[in-house]
Amino acid sequence: MPHDHHDHEHDHSHEGLSPSGHPYRADNDTDLSYWQAMEIALRELLIEKGHLTAAQIHAQINAMDSRSPANGARVVARAWVDPEFKAALLADAGAASRAMGFDIGPMHLIALENTKEVHNVVVCTLCSCYPRNLLGLPPDWYKSRAYRSRTVIEPRKVLSEFGLELPEQMQVRVHDSTADMRYIVLPAQPEASLGLTEEELAAWVTRDSMIGVGLPQAPQ
Amino acid sequence: MARPHESAHQIPLAARPYPHAGLSTRQKIGQIERRIGLFNNPEETAYRQTGPQRELVRVRFRMADIWGARAERGEDVIEAEIYAHWLEPV
Repeated sequence: MPHDHHDHEHDHSHEGLSPSGHPYRADNDTDLSYWQAMEIALRELLIEKGHLTAAQIHAQINAMDSRSPANGARVVARAWVDPEFKAALLADAGAASRAMGFDIGPMHLIALENTKEVHNVVVCTLCSCYPRNLLGLPPDWYKSRAYRSRTVIEPRKVLSEFGLELPEQMQVRVHDSTADMRYIVLPAQPEASLGLTEEELAAWVTRDSMIGVGLPQAPQ
Repeated sequence: MARPHESAHQIPLAARPYPHAGLSTRQKIGQIERRIGLFNNPEETAYRQTGPQRELVRVRFRMADIWGARAERGEDVIEAEIYAHWLEPV
């Protein structure tokens, strides 16, 4: 709760707006859901029986939370400057990512190359399949029913709502990631970034450009 | 590795216990974009059964073939992973 400015002349009902002008968020004073209770029960049992420690569980959560699109951006930047790596990435993105030192676990990864003729966009119509080891947690909109259902039928309209208007002659390829594979888009390198170093280029690669709903951008 | 446009396939209508093939692609004609390899058969995995692994392929469908006149642009495509034994030649 934003409680920076205590005003003792007013009650604290938290109705209306906070002193900084934002609506208060309702407290989550609801019962645990079935699956929340299941998660807690399972976690406590694993700890009680000595299979895992609380520290190990927290370490894994921290590891999951620490993954970010910066990992994928490094892969893309390497592909932009190293034609051999790019060929390896397009042939077997999982092996190429591991060769760069990224622990992507058992994930099977396919890299999809954007060109002047083809634009790729990734969606999981079933749920939230996403290359988390390279991009971190998926954004909320990626898991929304609207994105999942609309991207397969009106991808150009969806992309335009992300601010991406594609030329009519460019082919859109929608990739439904609902089974055993994960996908990362290899965006086309912007001409304005030619000649930059691999490290500089990584700053151009946005999360959205690796999902296919955006393009690389010059760092702000 | 992929051999694009290797052959045309048709997805059978037969209901499957755990079909990864979305309803929208059933009975639609697409082309194999690439062969991915062998994976556990989800029809068996769903029931904790183990059997021979099955081939998974990526199938490319034209939007016009999936959505007909509703397609934004008929020559755009959608690609999905489908088990080879859920496909039949046409």
